[in-house]
Amino acid sequence: MPALLEVRDLKKYFKTGGGILHAVDGISFALEEGKTLGVVGESGCGKSTLGRTILHLLEATDGRILFEGEDVTTPSRARLHALRRKTQIIFQDPFSSLNPRMSVSAAIMEPLVIHSGLSRDDMRSETRKLMDTVGLAERYANAYPHELDGGCRQRIGIARALALNPKFIVCDEPVSALDVSIQAQVLNLLLDLQEERKLTYIFVTHDLSVVKYISDEIMVMYLGRMVEKAPSDELFENTLHPYTKALLSAIPEPDIHCRQERVQIRGEITSPINPAPGCRFMARCPHASEVCAEPQKSEEYSQNHSVSCCKCGELNKRKEELIR
Amino acid sequence: MALSGSNDKQRKYSAFGDVWRRLKKNKPAMAGLVIIVLLILIAIFAPAIAPYSYSEQDSLHKFAPSGGEHLLGTDNLGRDVLSRLLYGSRQSLQMGLYSVAIAAVIGIVIGAIAGFYGGWLDNLLMRLLDIYQCIPMMLLCIVLAAALGPSLTNATVAIGVCSAPGYARLIRASILTIRESEYVEAARAIDASDFRIITKHIIPNAIAPMIVQITMSIGGMILSGAMLTYIGLGAQPPIAEWGGMLADGRNFMRQHASQVIYPGVCIMISVLSFNLLGDGLRDALDPRLKN
Amino acid sequence: MDERNLLEITDLTVEYRTDDTVVRAVNGVNLAVKKGETLGVVGETGAGKTTIARAILRILPNPQAKVCGGRMFFGGQDIMRISEKDMRKIRGNRIAMIFQDPMTALNPIERVGDQIAETIGLHNRILRADAQRRAVDMLETVGIPGERYGEYPHQFSGGMKQRVVIAMACACKPELLLADEPTTALDVTIQAQVLEMMQSLKKRLDTSIILITHDLGVVANVCDAVAVIYAGEIVEYGAAEDIFDRAAHPYTRGLFNSLPRLKSAERRLKPIGGLMPDPSNLPEGCKFGARCPLARDICRAENPGARAAGAGHLVKCFFAGGER
Repeated sequence: MPALLEVRDLKKYFKTGGGILHAVDGISFALEEGKTLGVVGESGCGKSTLGRTILHLLEATDGRILFEGEDVTTPSRARLHALRRKTQIIFQDPFSSLNPRMSVSAAIMEPLVIHSGLSRDDMRSETRKLMDTVGLAERYANAYPHELDGGCRQRIGIARALALNPKFIVCDEPVSALDVSIQAQVLNLLLDLQEERKLTYIFVTHDLSVVKYISDEIMVMYLGRMVEKAPSDELFENTLHPYTKALLSAIPEPDIHCRQERVQIRGEITSPINPAPGCRFMARCPHASEVCAEPQKSEEYSQNHSVSCCKCGELNKRKEELIR
Repeated sequence: MALSGSNDKQRKYSAFGDVWRRLKKNKPAMAGLVIIVLLILIAIFAPAIAPYSYSEQDSLHKFAPSGGEHLLGTDNLGRDVLSRLLYGSRQSLQMGLYSVAIAAVIGIVIGAIAGFYGGWLDNLLMRLLDIYQCIPMMLLCIVLAAALGPSLTNATVAIGVCSAPGYARLIRASILTIRESEYVEAARAIDASDFRIITKHIIPNAIAPMIVQITMSIGGMILSGAMLTYIGLGAQPPIAEWGGMLADGRNFMRQHASQVIYPGVCIMISVLSFNLLGDGLRDALDPRLKN
Repeated sequence: MDERNLLEITDLTVEYRTDDTVVRAVNGVNLAVKKGETLGVVGETGAGKTTIARAILRILPNPQAKVCGGRMFFGGQDIMRISEKDMRKIRGNRIAMIFQDPMTALNPIERVGDQIAETIGLHNRILRADAQRRAVDMLETVGIPGERYGEYPHQFSGGMKQRVVIAMACACKPELLLADEPTTALDVTIQAQVLEMMQSLKKRLDTSIILITHDLGVVANVCDAVAVIYAGEIVEYGAAEDIFDRAAHPYTRGLFNSLPRLKSAERRLKPIGGLMPDPSNLPEGCKFGARCPLARDICRAENPGARAAGAGHLVKCFFAGGER
């Protein structure tokens, strides 16, 4: 099956006072229709920038984006308009991503007004259908966002994204502003919609347990670079990169019996302004040595499991021998 | 957090309804609003309620005291002070409202363009405003009066044009913050046109501080208008205008203090009521006070 | 009152009043914290967690909030009845609070070391130089080199700022530390570091902690006792083992089921349906009744008082423990 979306060596740099910020630095992946790619990382790793660059909300500095086999890196105005119908985004913060002066129905109807060319009445009935799909009661139609709670607002955001019947949606931390019980409702809704409509997701989050639950494949990012990419279960069972390991062990599990062994990492995340060519995790990595200062290449360690760490083979050898 | 249940009770407020509900609780603001409405009614119906014409002279009764045939007495030419005050509200309100309208339209257009498009255009417009703001208002009025002759209209235009930069800066600042907001990005994600983004997303959200600014500055504009007339650059005699009445009364202040007190009080009350309303609106529109 | 209890709260009730509504934020809460114990207060947004902490310190917004009833004993002293002057000696000295957002808790134009020294000087009659020396000690205790005493908050990263905030809170060696979502604004790897640091600090100073959070994972990692709070009531209260192994209240169980777990292969979460009731319009009877799968008529009519589900394990539910 050909990939619905393919990204090759995508780069997005920002000019800042201190130098050039390498927000996204050479990311490549391919995503099949109906699948979900989870993008995980801590704040400042470039995961949101990646999603926005793919959707042309930011202009790519370098690299190529292919959608349905076509190069859409620098689309014309008309091409972009068409592309917007097929690619959508759900924002993190349902409090700030809705216009406070637009009623619920007006917000959901807006994409239809711009794209559909339907009559007013058709748009209204379409809006009602969308509200029903995402589980918003009809009595909310004339309410304003500030009258609703976070979960309902996020449903509005989802309905807006669905309005044009897109094929591909970037979910930018759609549940991290929500309470757990509401978070589960929204996650289930996203999964249901994916099944019904064969949607393809890029799911950007900092929460590894959420990403494991929703993704087929997971990409871990650190300071603009991909550090590890593998099918969901494989990543958790056979973690290779030292950063992924540290990240995994840092998650507090809601279980008092597995006060797990911590792989403590030193220091704090810096920002990728004028970065050195070597491994970006080097400064915090417990296994770092001189070889890590060389430019790193992403290597396929096993099938579909790529990792960019030059010491990866050495570090994981012992475990493999044990398995044999 | 207190929101989920409120919908069950079908408590529906539009954004405007919310503001009105809060404004109603603010007693000084409501007092201001009532006075403003009264002023507007007086201005509209001045010919019907005024006992005399504003220019009718009764040379036998100069400086008549209050009471009797002339409720608030007469001035140095024997004109009825009450009638002149009632008619004067027309000029003052007109000056205030029109000059605010001029200032707001110019300011919003310049500020919206500068704020939304940013970059070199923003820079250019803002530097032009900087230069422009260096010209004192008085100088501009004098130049306009010299070129076109002193009149109420010219004074109004002068005040309006001079206050526009303030509006431009205000709207630019709020647009700059709104432009970066996520809902504008959300609108871009569905490919909304620039026009749609400005009219549907940015202006409605930037309008709240504008409304406050407009209300608050009407008072100031009325003051400036009165001042310009006082020094002879605004409304020309025999038109009744509060500032002009002050100027006339100035000469007889020692003997007939009422000549300056009445128009002075009128100016004060109208300016105060606009300021009170503006203050109340600012509190009512502030989302942080939303409960 | 129990001798071993450092803090004992009985029947605390707090209301927020606005012109036309009364929000019942905290309804008859009973809590006790033993010396050296960490109590986790878990609940969702708007459940009343922060209000409890503020009520303990008597820093509720005035005049909107009103403590309507209850008693609070701290070290044998009734801290609800003592004068404001006496309270000031306790606040920041014997009871300290850590706020959620480290970005706004520090004064941006004062050197971080001076901010700590100031807190020490406020409660102790000591020389300025001594206060400064102790501030340096505190910085090193929370893992910041003493040389950074003279730096300003903007020179610190988020995790470092939170360390400074904790150093400030602990500067007077408080007997009780109220931590309101201390790690929510931090990335997971940093969260792990900060939690670790708090644990060791607690052991060293023999401090009791009330940890307010929505994250059951954090609770599992650091808490000895747990109170689950819903709509201003404590619905379940017990030792960590009681809550994590023998959760009896349907809400607590619902919370666990809503969490995506790293160690489970489930493809669908079981969220709690519905939303938290409006605190200005709370239902009669059990507050969780409308969302509860076990609810019967009695739940809507009567508020189930706290019932013992085991030694020291209290549950507010008529059907506690039934039908897992």
